[in-house]
Amino acid sequence: MSVLTLSNVWKRFGDVEVLKGVDLTLEEHDVVVLIGASGSGKSTLLRTINLIEQVDDGQVILSGDDITDPRVNVDKARARIGVVFQQFNLFPHMKVIDNVTLAARRVHKWPADKARDKGVALLEKFGLGDKVDEYSDRLSGGQQQRVAIVRAIMTDPELLLLDEITSALDPMLVGEVLDLVRDLKEGGSTMLIATHEMSFASTVADRIVFMHGGRILETGTPEKIFSAPERPETQEFLARIMHR
Amino acid sequence: MTDGVPRVSWAPSDLEIARQHHRRKASGRSVLIALVSTLVFTAVVVVVLINSPGWESVKTTFFDFEVAKDSFPAVLEGLWLNIRVLFFATIGVAIVGTLLAVMRSLRGPVFFPLRALATIYTDLFRGVPVLIVLFLVGFGVPALDIVPRVPAAVWGTVAITLCYSAYIAEVLRAGMEAVHPSQRIAARSLGLSHAETLRVVVIPQGLRKVIPALMNDFVSMQKDVGLISVLGAVDAVRAAQIEVAVSYNFTPYVVAALLFVAMSFPVIRLTDHVSARMARREQSGGTV
Ligand SMILES: Nc1ncnc2c1ncn2[C@@H]1O[C@H](COP(=O)(O)OP(=O)(O)OP(=O)(O)O)[C@@H](O)[C@H]1O
Ligand SMILES: [Mg+2]
Repeated sequence: MSVLTLSNVWKRFGDVEVLKGVDLTLEEHDVVVLIGASGSGKSTLLRTINLIEQVDDGQVILSGDDITDPRVNVDKARARIGVVFQQFNLFPHMKVIDNVTLAARRVHKWPADKARDKGVALLEKFGLGDKVDEYSDRLSGGQQQRVAIVRAIMTDPELLLLDEITSALDPMLVGEVLDLVRDLKEGGSTMLIATHEMSFASTVADRIVFMHGGRILETGTPEKIFSAPERPETQEFLARIMHR
Repeated sequence: MTDGVPRVSWAPSDLEIARQHHRRKASGRSVLIALVSTLVFTAVVVVVLINSPGWESVKTTFFDFEVAKDSFPAVLEGLWLNIRVLFFATIGVAIVGTLLAVMRSLRGPVFFPLRALATIYTDLFRGVPVLIVLFLVGFGVPALDIVPRVPAAVWGTVAITLCYSAYIAEVLRAGMEAVHPSQRIAARSLGLSHAETLRVVVIPQGLRKVIPALMNDFVSMQKDVGLISVLGAVDAVRAAQIEVAVSYNFTPYVVAALLFVAMSFPVIRLTDHVSARMARREQSGGTV
């Protein structure tokens, strides 16, 4: 069964149609990277999957469950999906470990020591072992973003959504975050990633999805998309972004 | 430590020593100026007071030590009532104020009635003088004859709670709105419910932002509990009034005033301390 199936997803803000019938499927362990110009609807697509935006039409199916069905408990659905944002959005009034274990304790009702043990283990695995009891706003941007990723994967979500997770970082710090994402891929995570880092996209993606004007125009392996894009819009986008 | 490079521990350069010297001299000068101006100001006030034509009579009617000593126990006992009223009103305000703030922050058409109710309530009670609320609650509600008789101080506590809940609710709401929406989104994305998001993420952060404002309101509540005397409750103000009637001397009011100041002093100092500490934490630049 597919981890994620989007079928004919539409989203409007007022009169502006931002998503115009998106279809997309992710199988288990798939890493799919969304590329496209600013305003093409990548973030909006990720937000509709996470039910932060309500779709105007179509379905979002998570491991067989239609989570756009109004009878579905949105909190339960969201708890099955891990999300990392551009601006990290850690909770500054909590320690790193409490950020990381919050959902495990509150939503998944893990006992406190089980949550802490796993949180500490993950933080150590990703080189944050000495930051466990630090307040999150005392960390560097790269460290904060790695904590945010640990927070998202803490309860082994079925799907990870990463929205431009490096674009708020100094170039020096981008590498450490992207290395972590590569680790997650090794570990078999199913991920949908929006990014403007084309070199990262080409190394991590199983499939690249090119979005343009709220539609998916072209899909393919990184080799195909980057060396032989079919659509003129894709060619133009890649030409622009490569020669910045 | 590595590569055999000698590590010299830091010693201030001549430049830094000169700068430190200059700063010390400058701060010494400011202290001196402050001291002298305070002394001059105090001296002027004292001289004007003492040389005013009515000073002798004011001294005997407001600052009579014997009267102060005699009235002190009664006024102090009255203050104990104020403290109890303050205690229960604070608990009441914390609960009602938080509820109102949460009600006002609810989104969506389903909650319109609740939101409207809370808005009307806060608008109303922020506008009406505390004294009038005291009269309405303290004399009006008992007159309805539907509730058992209770001491006037209880109605006083209720009235103070009603008023201050409205003020506190507004402060809390401002704090909650100052928490960036991305914090809510992050919490909801983790699967936390709306209520949990409020409780675990929004309220703790919002509260932090408004602690100095809350403490200020607490200080003014400390003195407004003295208003319950208008209902006949024998608090510090009322006790002083009784003593004044006995001695034909206003000194008991001064005693009550000093006791109120003494009661609020720790909180006022604490407020300053907390504000200063928060300012330091938020921004470490000491020169701006
Ligand atoms: N809440 C909203 N209200 C109105 N319009 C919105 C809202 N959110 C997004 N939009 C519009 O939707 C369009 C798509 O935005 P989106 O953020 O999905 O683009 P994106 O592909 O993620 O762009 P970027 O690469 O800059 O992040 C934009 O034109 C944007 O102005
Ligand atoms: Mg975006």
